[in-house]
Amino acid sequence: MSSPIFKSPVVRWIDHRLPIFSFMDHELNEYPTPKNLSYWWNFGSLAGMVLVIMIITGIVLAMHYTAHVDHAFESVERIMRDVNYGWLIRYIHMNGASMFFIVVYIHTFRGLYYGSYKAPRELLWILGVVILLLMMATAFMGYVLPWGQMSFWGATVITNLFSAIPLVGESIVTWLWGGFSVANPTLNRFYALHYLLPFVIVGVVVLHLVALHRFGSNNPLGIDTKGPQDTIPFHPYYTVKDMFGMAVFLIVFAGFVFFAPNYLGHPDNYIPANPLVTPAHIVPEWYFLPFYAILRAIPDKLGGVLAMFGAIFVLFLLPWLDRSPVRSSRFRPIYKWFFWVLVADCVLLTWAGAKPPEGIYVVLARLGTAYYFAHFLLLLPLLSIFETPRPRPTSISQPVLRGGGVPAGARAKPMEKA
Amino acid sequence: MAESVQVGGGVGRDEKPKSDEPTRRDFLYLATAAVGAFGVASVAWPLIDQMNPAADVLALSTIEVDLSQIEVGQRVTVSWRGNPVFIDHRTPEQIEEARAVDVAELRDPQTDAERVIEPEWLVVVGICTHLGCVPLGQRPSDDRGAFGGWFCPCHGSHYDTSGRARRGPAPLNLAVPDYEFLEPTLIRIG
Repeated sequence: MSSPIFKSPVVRWIDHRLPIFSFMDHELNEYPTPKNLSYWWNFGSLAGMVLVIMIITGIVLAMHYTAHVDHAFESVERIMRDVNYGWLIRYIHMNGASMFFIVVYIHTFRGLYYGSYKAPRELLWILGVVILLLMMATAFMGYVLPWGQMSFWGATVITNLFSAIPLVGESIVTWLWGGFSVANPTLNRFYALHYLLPFVIVGVVVLHLVALHRFGSNNPLGIDTKGPQDTIPFHPYYTVKDMFGMAVFLIVFAGFVFFAPNYLGHPDNYIPANPLVTPAHIVPEWYFLPFYAILRAIPDKLGGVLAMFGAIFVLFLLPWLDRSPVRSSRFRPIYKWFFWVLVADCVLLTWAGAKPPEGIYVVLARLGTAYYFAHFLLLLPLLSIFETPRPRPTSISQPVLRGGGVPAGARAKPMEKA
Repeated sequence: MAESVQVGGGVGRDEKPKSDEPTRRDFLYLATAAVGAFGVASVAWPLIDQMNPAADVLALSTIEVDLSQIEVGQRVTVSWRGNPVFIDHRTPEQIEEARAVDVAELRDPQTDAERVIEPEWLVVVGICTHLGCVPLGQRPSDDRGAFGGWFCPCHGSHYDTSGRARRGPAPLNLAVPDYEFLEPTLIRIG
């Protein structure tokens, strides 16, 4: 924790006045990290990388995009056909949104499985949910910008959610639109906000990291680090591990960009927006499907909207719904299974959300919705009372080395990370 | 070397090699850095190149101009790549004036013959070579400067009837764009 000594006198001179090098050394170099982190801990840094990719490609796209209902669609086609490497940059940005959500969803489920939301990391978790909400708003408004059929009708449907609010709903929707339908004023404000929100996300990510570095990462055992024998420096151990994960992830990302760039999208969005005709089958992007299923499962306008937003807001309460003192599912024999049932339930909701709202799909969506809320509001509080956790090791080193171990940096084969 | 290979072949502790000879670890660092640099460069290039003129902009980089409607002594301005191009149907006196100049006295020495394809047609980019203003002289009522060509109102550069810089801060003559005669009264610029 003491100030590092830098070799270069220039660095020392700067660091004495502006301790940026000490800060980086402290947070990225010697930062003590639990030595047993598994690959599930890669997804935080992956999400950060995707955020950077999205901001860079987004700024580039903004250099060529025209936010006007008469020109938006053509300007996107011009990016695809005429701008140098425009196709590549747009496909990265378009698929990047999907990659961002898949990474963040895995990151979130990692937190659920290993109890990363429990004390003292409640605010860290809540900031994460705030980031998720901001991402959803950003992704939705970005999807509107190409001004295709799905853009237009997605914007219409989502903004109409607010009309469910009693008394003032209609006024709010008119205010959101800047008129009496989704039109040019709507497109302009969505563009302004789509450019703004990613930087708000960066700000919340910084807070997320400040909160993370207060107590350090959780780990697969879910027990606190007891001293230097339980930690290794972030660099080179986790820098290299994060970079390896990034390389693997970028292969998948590039696979979509180069071989299936439109696989995750809808062909209807390559039809210019037509305010007079709604496409026959309108569905949101895959990452919104579970919430869309919940919205349609409730046979009441206001109820559906509340349930949909409630599905996110219940995550804010999670640290107080799950009262079990044990973090990691490894030592929670019953919760472990319900975790996987929740994963399956989310897959079911995703699938049901993609299907037309009729027959068996509605029934399945309702069951899925009921289970989703039961998991958080019923099962977790009950499990906290009735589940008997298995004994936990006294330290991270104990199960590996027996008897506490020796400082990891001093001797040693690199520990197996899991 | 054999010893350091043994060390490098193990789990990779940071032992200093006994000699200054490169080790396997040095090779790995360099190879990794090279691959990384190549990757960064190949990602950076599309992000840089996207700011270059796009295909639709390049498609507009040639224009054809019909000269048949331009009278002797008349000057016409056309737009090429967003810039003005001056086309001057010169009178015999103007041509004579341009040819009479002693090339050795010019700051950017060029004979009139080097600046035209057909002597009666002068085609120059209408941008002052000082700081990019459009010189006056296209309309008969304009101030054409001391040499009967063009006069830049921004910083007082004078051009002659061949579009050559004669007085004022302009360092170079008005640029002659690439053009060719497709027919006696039809040119393609660019």
